[in-house]
Amino acid sequence: MSNLLEVKNATLKFGGVIAVNDLTFSVEEGEVYAIVGPNGAGKSTVFNLISRFYNPYAGAITFDGHNLLDRNADSVADLGIARTFQNIELFDHATVLQNLLVGRHRHRKTNMLQEMLFTPKVRQEEKRHREAVEEVIDFLDLQPYRDKMIAGLPYGVRKVVELGRALASGPRLLLLDEPASGLSVEETQDMRWWIDDIRKQMGITVLMVEHDMGLVSGVSDRVLALADGAKLAEGTPQQVQSDPAVIEAYLGAGAA
Amino acid sequence: MRINFKTSYEHDIRLFPDWWSFFVYATLIVIAVALPWLMDDFFLGEVTNVLIWAIAGLGLMLLTGQTGQASLGHAAFLALGCYSCIIFMEQGWPFLIAFPAAGILTGVVGTIIAIPAIRLHGIYLAIATIALSILADDIIVLMEPITDGVSGKFAPMINIFGIEIERWTTPDRFYWLVLAVTILCTLAYRNLLRSPLGRAFAAVRDSEVSATAMGVHIARTKAAAFGISCAITGLAGALMGFYAGAFNNETFSIVISITLLMMIVIGGLGSIHGAFFGAVVVAFLPQFLSMTKDLIGGSSVAIPGLETGVFGMILILFILFEPMGIYGRWMKIRIWFELFPFARKDMFKRQKSYLKTERLR
Repeated sequence: MSNLLEVKNATLKFGGVIAVNDLTFSVEEGEVYAIVGPNGAGKSTVFNLISRFYNPYAGAITFDGHNLLDRNADSVADLGIARTFQNIELFDHATVLQNLLVGRHRHRKTNMLQEMLFTPKVRQEEKRHREAVEEVIDFLDLQPYRDKMIAGLPYGVRKVVELGRALASGPRLLLLDEPASGLSVEETQDMRWWIDDIRKQMGITVLMVEHDMGLVSGVSDRVLALADGAKLAEGTPQQVQSDPAVIEAYLGAGAA
Repeated sequence: MRINFKTSYEHDIRLFPDWWSFFVYATLIVIAVALPWLMDDFFLGEVTNVLIWAIAGLGLMLLTGQTGQASLGHAAFLALGCYSCIIFMEQGWPFLIAFPAAGILTGVVGTIIAIPAIRLHGIYLAIATIALSILADDIIVLMEPITDGVSGKFAPMINIFGIEIERWTTPDRFYWLVLAVTILCTLAYRNLLRSPLGRAFAAVRDSEVSATAMGVHIARTKAAAFGISCAITGLAGALMGFYAGAFNNETFSIVISITLLMMIVIGGLGSIHGAFFGAVVVAFLPQFLSMTKDLIGGSSVAIPGLETGVFGMILILFILFEPMGIYGRWMKIRIWFELFPFARKDMFKRQKSYLKTERLR
């Protein structure tokens, strides 16, 4: 197995606050890699570094041999990196189908003029996009919501739609920012199966941030524990969970 | 209650979801085409005015309703479209070339202006575009050798393959011309909505962060929205010039910009129907007011600011009681009938929005 994503000595500072401190880790192709850590540990910040919303102060991030730092945030998706957000960033005034179709944006092959005239090529492309989206709808059981507006959907469904939108882009690496936050036990269980299937059936590498240790130990191959922006421990879920430094960061000194 | 079963992808892409809606719109177009035989010239002129406003509304709707970028500068683009079309025709260009050229020129200028302007968000963009409206007036005066400044210009006769079209002598032909442009613009708008760029517009409007993560280039998308919006507005401006017959630097004042923005809010942001509904209100309101004044016998009393006052009041009432505009109300009534008797009162209550990701820039 080769390294798909490599983060080397990444450092990010907001003024005097060091959000990510000399962090090095790599994600292998085909694995589920989880990042855990207490609030404010810099987990989401790492995601935002990878999707290029933030510029690292120092360090390097490469994806499959491409230097991510050479790219703007909007061309990260072209490499096949898709992500979800901690607080659900869907397009509220559009239907589920339209949201998923936006996920196909990186496969757009037609230009503005062709689209205004809706040439046969645009029509053909639309059908292709819909085929791809329909597969995602099938996979995530979103059929009942296909033409519903996001603004009227319950939280749990939105979470799934966001996962669907990321999947619709046909990624190689999926970044999931707290996929199970705010979900019920049942929904979390569904999420767990989906993540398993995403890896096994679709062959997509998953990098996720998650607090639910049940989910983390259930699906992930390797876990990275962060505290104050620095690496605390890395290894299998069991190794990380029993690491004294991790227990200390979560529960305070003396708990171990 | 009609249930629309989709059986193919083609079905979902089609302009009309089912035969019924195709029938409705086809009937509407047939009536619209036959209108000159059904109405006298005065009302035909008024309907023409509605359609021209609707085209302008479509232009702004694309930018504000679809892409979420407020603009109070669209009067400037109306002016640019109007002046360029008529100046092109004075150079001897035929209408069929001058008219699209005016639209393209307005679109290109709009895009160039957009490049710095799209760095601004929300109210700041609105303020920056106000400047455009104000500048346009002065620029027209300063460029007197081309624009004839304060004294203004007269719209020439339109000639399409030997058919002469003019607002006053052949109101029916002018109406058909405007109708054709309206249909073409609406069609282009609809096509955009069902293709990737239209969805990118909505994505930029609702969440720039996730649009970026999906590979949408924010600045380019906004610039495209500005360009298309300004091009459509430019076409409307040219038609406005022909409709008015004569125009000068004061024809396209900032009031027109504000009216345009109010129009699409009243009509219903984010919908094609909204542009048309809003246009009906804007174009018929002055006539309606003067007729009401006649009716109550106050025709001799001049009330300055009555029109703007009433207009402002309508706007406030809409924002308070029906933020989705006339189109929103229309949808509610329609759904009430479609679901009868199962419609619930709270069906349209707006959901509380969940916490948004903190702004990243």
